Amino acid sequence: MSATAEKGSYVGSAVKRREDKALLTGQGTYVDNMAPVGTLSLVVVRSPYAHARVTSVSLDAARAAEGVVAAFSAADLQDDWKAAMPCAWPVTEDMKNPPHYPLTDVARYQGDGVAVVLAETRAQAKDAAELVEVDWEPVDAVVDVAKALDDGAPLAHPDLGTNECYVWRLDTDATGQAIEDAEVVVTRRYYQPRLIPNAIEPRAVLAVPGAAGEVILYAATQIPHILRLLVAATLGMSETKLRVVAPDVGGGFGSKLDVYAEELLAVALARRLGRPVKWTEERSENYVSTIHGRDFHTEYTLAATKDGTITHCRARVTAAMGAYLQLVTPGIPLLGAWIYAGPYAIPNYSVEFTGVFTNTTPTDAYRGAGRPEATYVIERTMDALADELGVDRVELRRKNFIKEFPATMASGLTIDSGDYVASLDKLLEHLDLDALHAEQAKRRENGGAKQLGVGFSTYNEMCGLAPSRILGAIRYAAGGWEQATIRYLPTGSIQVVTGTSPHGQGHETAWAQIVADQLGCDIEAVEVLHGDTAVSHAGLDTYGSRSLPVGGVALCYAAEKVVDKARQIVAHQLEVSADDLDFADGTFSVKGSPDKEMTLAAAAWAAFAAHDLPDGMEPGLEATATYDPPNFSWPGGAHAAVVEVDTETGDARLVRYVAIDDVGTVVNPLIVDGQVHGGITQGISTALYEEGSYDEAGSLLTANLVTYLVPSAAELPSYELDRTESRSPTNPLGVKGVGETGTIAAAPAVINAVLDAVSHLGVEDIQMPATPERVWRAIQEAKA
Amino acid sequence: MRRVALTVNGTGHELDLEPRELLVYVLRERLGLTGTNVGCDTSSCGSCTILLDGESVKSCTLLGVQAEGAQITTIEGLASDGELHPVQQAFHDKHALQCGYCTPGMVMAAVSLIEHGEATDEAAIRIGLEGNLCRCTGYHNIVLAVEQAAGVMGKAS
Amino acid sequence: MIPARFDYDVAESVEHAIELLGAVGGDAKLLAGGHSLIPAMKLRIARPAKLVDIGRLSDLAYVKDGGTQIAVGALTRHATVAADATLAEHCPIVSFTAAQIGDPQVRHCGTLGGTLAHGDPASDMPAVMLALGADLVVRGKGGERVVPATEFFTGVFETALAPDEVLVEARVPKLAGSTGWSYVKANRRAQDWATVGVAALVHRDNGSIAGASIGLVNMGATPLRAKAAEDALAGGSSAADAAMLVTEGAEPPSDHSGSSEYRAHLAQVMARRALEQALGE
Repeated sequence: MSATAEKGSYVGSAVKRREDKALLTGQGTYVDNMAPVGTLSLVVVRSPYAHARVTSVSLDAARAAEGVVAAFSAADLQDDWKAAMPCAWPVTEDMKNPPHYPLTDVARYQGDGVAVVLAETRAQAKDAAELVEVDWEPVDAVVDVAKALDDGAPLAHPDLGTNECYVWRLDTDATGQAIEDAEVVVTRRYYQPRLIPNAIEPRAVLAVPGAAGEVILYAATQIPHILRLLVAATLGMSETKLRVVAPDVGGGFGSKLDVYAEELLAVALARRLGRPVKWTEERSENYVSTIHGRDFHTEYTLAATKDGTITHCRARVTAAMGAYLQLVTPGIPLLGAWIYAGPYAIPNYSVEFTGVFTNTTPTDAYRGAGRPEATYVIERTMDALADELGVDRVELRRKNFIKEFPATMASGLTIDSGDYVASLDKLLEHLDLDALHAEQAKRRENGGAKQLGVGFSTYNEMCGLAPSRILGAIRYAAGGWEQATIRYLPTGSIQVVTGTSPHGQGHETAWAQIVADQLGCDIEAVEVLHGDTAVSHAGLDTYGSRSLPVGGVALCYAAEKVVDKARQIVAHQLEVSADDLDFADGTFSVKGSPDKEMTLAAAAWAAFAAHDLPDGMEPGLEATATYDPPNFSWPGGAHAAVVEVDTETGDARLVRYVAIDDVGTVVNPLIVDGQVHGGITQGISTALYEEGSYDEAGSLLTANLVTYLVPSAAELPSYELDRTESRSPTNPLGVKGVGETGTIAAAPAVINAVLDAVSHLGVEDIQMPATPERVWRAIQEAKA
Repeated sequence: MRRVALTVNGTGHELDLEPRELLVYVLRERLGLTGTNVGCDTSSCGSCTILLDGESVKSCTLLGVQAEGAQITTIEGLASDGELHPVQQAFHDKHALQCGYCTPGMVMAAVSLIEHGEATDEAAIRIGLEGNLCRCTGYHNIVLAVEQAAGVMGKAS
Repeated sequence: MIPARFDYDVAESVEHAIELLGAVGGDAKLLAGGHSLIPAMKLRIARPAKLVDIGRLSDLAYVKDGGTQIAVGALTRHATVAADATLAEHCPIVSFTAAQIGDPQVRHCGTLGGTLAHGDPASDMPAVMLALGADLVVRGKGGERVVPATEFFTGVFETALAPDEVLVEARVPKLAGSTGWSYVKANRRAQDWATVGVAALVHRDNGSIAGASIGLVNMGATPLRAKAAEDALAGGSSAADAAMLVTEGAEPPSDHSGSSEYRAHLAQVMARRALEQALGE
């Protein structure tokens, strides 16, 4: 590995990733690459209907097919499940959570599993699955969230008597003024379409049984620790009998943050059959069997005085749960619940979420989870309010920014740090808005097909899940701490064990940077271990931009403990007081006697040899820290999109994208930029390309990569990035999360730009994604 | 079964293949070359891109039997003597990969593009990679890496 | 992602392929580049009982200058067509369009004959062949016959090919230096099929417009000629006015890329642009 950085200052340097070489030479360890001898291929037979009762399943022909070892229906396996599939976030006391199991005899979404076939080869299992005979009795399906609460709507779960899952509210009323009494009130309604995450590696699981009832589960997952807990609980196994390994994982974006039927099936079937069982998702299968995101209807209101001081915000959200509650499905809206005022100081705050069941693939966390949904409606409505007030869109934002930190918002949480004005100023420096406006004016005057628009999105977000007490207070089942262990080996090599579970984020490199700086050692001496519950036994995994602000910070505290113990050893050996030792660049030196020194590595050897340690000290130099953050992480920033719209065809193409983000201390600018690039792209893609849509019967119309548009390099420009840096005072590194900022910020910037390009034609709204047809229709309707 | 002879990364193989075996599975499951990944089932994502007789192709959209007599290069065959190929090196230098799953296909597509002299500028690189999807990087750094590699290989504009 | 089982034979010659096709009846498919067929087989949408592989008939991969026409062998790959100097000189709309098909990997495998015989109205090249008035050479048990492109495409994924016939060659005219041409394609992503595509040729006689031919992609069950628009242009209409007529007789589909109504509008816009380009405006 080539590091551009110097010992002692790795943090902040563009250290090239140590993960790369294996991945670049075809040595990745993705689950589907593994095939222990005797592995059986698992295929799941899925419902083609959105809602149907299974009146009979005949497995005889499948069982008789070549290579088939076993086949099971839902009834055959029902006794294997000691609990229903887990939902860890019952957001209200009366939330409805109908139980679901890995196989069902009532399909409630297209893709719900009803039977499994296991065969010696993948091809044999697929062939035999076609021979499973299922008699279906279709039932009316409810598909559209907006209609699901109507009287007489079909019910996803008839036993519940309603499609309503829960209603959750958060209200403050600081000024006592009703929103309707404000001088200016702007209300807009938005639909944010269902998104399909499309990590390029489809999911895969391999369960390998041992002789004594133990199982190793290799899974393409973001959450090996949570998976071990919940698979064990669902199957009634001891956690000691289940080891979960997340090897190289090909992207997640939230879609691998779940406990899925196939993980439970693979473990249960491996135990039943005594052979390794592997399931590899096909892409078209992924479209129905892996969670979706978004599918939110929101009515959002901003109220202000005539001078543009915003006094109220109010959000009324109807959120699709899909057919069942997966791991954190009902909590997704709540992840944005405290930031519906955005980066603005708004004293009166009201949010209400209604979770709704439909006969669709369950929704759950997809990049940004709850926060893009909030930022989108805020930033769209900020433009609308500016237009209503007749003020500049940028200046309205600036005027209402929170300007002093820490800032306790009307929603009740406290933003630890930020400088929204600085981000906006820097954005404007990069953008050259005057030139863009001149070009826009020229094009409007010329009346040509290609019109130009500029859109803004100034945002903040809360990530870094999370303070455990707060998670408890909002009814999340687990905590939000993270664990790190730093272990000196005798020769001075250092093992770092982290509870985070990277799937592209480069933790092996970034964590080594942090630890090497803390210990004053060469980065090459540091090895980072993760993603295997036998190695990293405690952790809460990677999602919600938590890895650095929680797991990365845990490294600091573990390093502090290591240095503290070493200090005692060095003091003892040098016969000085520990207080008289300075520690810098990996070496302890005696204050006033700079020639008297001892390295941390030497202390590590001394701790290993244990010949001469302070009385009562245990041998070995190793420490574990478990860090529970006192606050969330609060990144923010200012983004702008420049879009060209072909007003004849409706085709909108991005011309420029400028992003200024404030993510606190940057550990590795290469990796941070990479996260921002990828995040922005998913936001742009949300704005212009991606849309999961169903027909009225609940059949997914966009069920593969041909019809669900994930853009390529050819549709996108290069990006212009810069940063402001307000260090987080919450943690010793000053870091904040960065994994989701781009996705949270980008979609409204792009849609605001599209609207800006056609606003002179009278267009005020276009639903995402702004497809050519939608843009064209909006122009036609404005003309009419 | 049909007997098929093909050369992969310089090594000759004779295999008895079922006609329906896709070339990508022949590489992954018969020859153990698991560097070539499968990302979709509609020939859209390009993760499975390899070089067949020097041209980039999607190995999920060819039958193994169609590769009779072919010279195939996969991601495993690109580095030589422990030295990364200039495209691999550039991907490392420019942080053009994150999860790494699309990377083998993206690298092979880039190699073909550069060797055809078609990686002449940003626009050409972007359109030249139209058949490969990446969900992590936003392509920004991939484009930079291909620009660097084209320069190193003497194939920039 | 794994096709259903099928039998597989390698044809040693076109005649052998015809014989193999005939032996199975209607349930055999020719395999050339495979880039239309194999994706459908992977999803088990297509389940042919037998594939007859003509991919190794290298004598069907050629571009030949035939005097007034250029003959392109059916197994010529899109990338080869795109890079061919003879076509670039005498019938550049063909080489230009070949470079717009699919993506580079597809163009390295997919063949001219394959994309024509597949009969997909969303494919680029059939509409170009239609606009060019190309001749398609088909060989069967009884020998060779020449089918004009205008008679070749009969329905969605349907052509004039009999089950035991092989498309062996496309013959395209050499275009006069004064002939303007254009192929324009609207799609969402570069790799996508055209939402709408328009191939336009404008023939000139002593500087004035003598005639035009317009082929439409994805505007009906087959690639279409826009006769009304062609006649209007020949009759002196402007490109803009003529383009409004391209929807006459079209029955554009509705799908994820656009509704029928939007496609009709888009075809008019793209046709105007194609004609303006062809006219050098």
